[in-house]
Amino acid sequence: MSALQQRIAAAHGEDRAALIAYLPVGYPDVDASIAAMVAAVEGGADIVEIGVPYSDPGMDGPVIQEAVDVAVRAGVGMRDVLRAVEAVAAAGAVPVVMSYWNPVERYGVDRFATDLAAAGGAGAITPDLIPDEAGAWIAASDAAALDRVFLVAPSSTDARLRSTVRACRGFVYAASTMGVTGTRATVSDAAERLVGRTREAIADTGVPLPVCVGLGVSNGDQAAEVAGFADGVIVGTAYVRPLLDGEGAEGVRRLSEDLARGVRQRAGAPA
Amino acid sequence: MTTSAVSPTGPRLVPAAPAWPDATGHFGVFGGRFVPEALIAALDELTEAYEAMKVDPAFVEEFATLQRDYTGRPSPITEVRRFAEHCGGARVLLKREDLNHTGSHKINNVLGQALLTKRIGKSRVIAETGAGQHGVATATAAALMGLSCTVYMGEEDTRRQALNVARMRLLGAEVIPVTTGSRTLKDAINEAFRDWVTNVETTNYVFGTVAGPHPFPAMVRDFQRVIGDEARAQLLEREGRLPDAVLACVGGGSNAIGIFTAFVPDEDVRLIGLEAAGDGVDTGRHAATITGGTPGVLHGARSYLLQDENGQTIESHSISAGLDYPGVGPEHSYLHDIGRAEYRPVTDAEAMEAFALLCRTEGIIPAIESAHALAGVMRLGREVGPDALLLVNLSGRGDKDVETASRWFGLGDREEVDPGPGLDTDQQPTEGAVTNHEAVAGHDAGEQA
Repeated sequence: MSALQQRIAAAHGEDRAALIAYLPVGYPDVDASIAAMVAAVEGGADIVEIGVPYSDPGMDGPVIQEAVDVAVRAGVGMRDVLRAVEAVAAAGAVPVVMSYWNPVERYGVDRFATDLAAAGGAGAITPDLIPDEAGAWIAASDAAALDRVFLVAPSSTDARLRSTVRACRGFVYAASTMGVTGTRATVSDAAERLVGRTREAIADTGVPLPVCVGLGVSNGDQAAEVAGFADGVIVGTAYVRPLLDGEGAEGVRRLSEDLARGVRQRAGAPA
Repeated sequence: MTTSAVSPTGPRLVPAAPAWPDATGHFGVFGGRFVPEALIAALDELTEAYEAMKVDPAFVEEFATLQRDYTGRPSPITEVRRFAEHCGGARVLLKREDLNHTGSHKINNVLGQALLTKRIGKSRVIAETGAGQHGVATATAAALMGLSCTVYMGEEDTRRQALNVARMRLLGAEVIPVTTGSRTLKDAINEAFRDWVTNVETTNYVFGTVAGPHPFPAMVRDFQRVIGDEARAQLLEREGRLPDAVLACVGGGSNAIGIFTAFVPDEDVRLIGLEAAGDGVDTGRHAATITGGTPGVLHGARSYLLQDENGQTIESHSISAGLDYPGVGPEHSYLHDIGRAEYRPVTDAEAMEAFALLCRTEGIIPAIESAHALAGVMRLGREVGPDALLLVNLSGRGDKDVETASRWFGLGDREEVDPGPGLDTDQQPTEGAVTNHEAVAGHDAGEQA
């Protein structure tokens, strides 16, 4: 079983959802971003989504854009990302890289897979790479025994849900709303519907796979709500916020603790 | 090249349909769809609607009528004899897209996409723009068809291109200054995609060039290919032969694809794209994507792009707002790789020399974008000699560039130059000496933006 799936299953064994924290490498600088990731783990994150800075982050809202822009200008690259992967693994969480496709392609798809596996990374989430275009990545991730997480969206047809979940390993990333990353006042109804449809698609394949929900979760109460219907809760913008506000790793730790309480207070029936 | 492009049996009267992209939008290894899953349904919807629409006689008729009665098509061919004296004696013919309504080829595409928007039942269009030409064209089509319109434009460009901002607002469009990233065209595209993914239920993205995810490169090509279809027939009628070469400037590449497509099967016709070399490709300050870039993924497709060793997009530089884009349409990358088209760099200085020459020899003020193609034909004419027949796409007119050109040529400081009514709105005067770089006007995906 994949490292990601194993960790999510372990959370399930504790009757809770897994907490997945996103932080970009290089904001406010590489060392401080790694310290923030470690703080997120100490605060209770099970998995850290390690963001590769990219100049054109089309799926991200203003908060994450502002942070990655600093990292891009500082020349942060895959070497720094791999260092973050090692640090997160050493802190006891499962590291998974989140990258737009061009930085991976530029680094070299096979080289990326080999180096990521060597650094202890579980795999990668690719927000602008759909399975239809992922031939090279599917081959490289198979060869390196890495997980690969593709996204599903409320607009995905049932046929696309089926083909996407077949291509996934580790978990399926359900993008809860139509839109970009950012905190929202309420969790969209669309999220629960999407998780249900995705689970049906997974059932069709006959191979179990967790479904984690991202986009818009910012506090413990919302995490509890999502934990009521999803296997994992992915939080991004809210983790970046304390860094932008100058609260540093301590602010990240406090947020992680709040969210970790949330995923243990599942609002609805466990899935 | 002096051989005639006419085969023994004569050239086909009707050009063949393009053999690419494949069903999923690939031009060889280029193109495709590199977008969030959330947009796939909208792209599929657009693809299906477009495929149905282009074979629907009612649409074909409506589009043709608009092109004739609203845009003013067909655009004429003008032979420029005095200009050609500077082109090694080769004969030079211009395809006059500058005479279209709104002043460039951009209108060809937006009318098609606006009709498509109505067909799929959406009431709002969004667009990206750099210098504003595609934004103005989109605002124009939206006004004509009763659609609401939002245009994303880099904050820096809204300041420099206040005239076009005013034009868009007069046409009823909302103009949103983009303050993220480099605050230029590429960020305006990112912001338009973010709007689209959020509002896709009601909104269609009217993309301005032959880049972006499938179906945009193929669809925009099909809406622009009227340029080459007309020109090919016009040349056969007036010259009884095809040209030896067809030249066009390339930013995103829509005017070039528009004029190339009809000639792609005519293997004896050279197709030459002129890229903006800015200060020179070796200086690093340029927008010559194929000449100086590498393959990668940007804005939804694989193509050549300007990127650093980490895969970050590098900002481009050109005096021409409409060519100042770090990417290029995937079909151009393909035509380059299979050797069917050639791509050559033209510096700011070469383009401005050609700009001045056309003004003074022919009484035509070209867009600075199109002046890159004119510089290309000056060089090519000297290479191929006096028997050659060369066709240039004059993709837009230069009204928008009057101030930039005045600064470049030092025709006096701003107070002494009267660019004419409407061209001197509330732009802030530049203090002190004006350099070429300060004259850089903005950015857009594709020519004439």
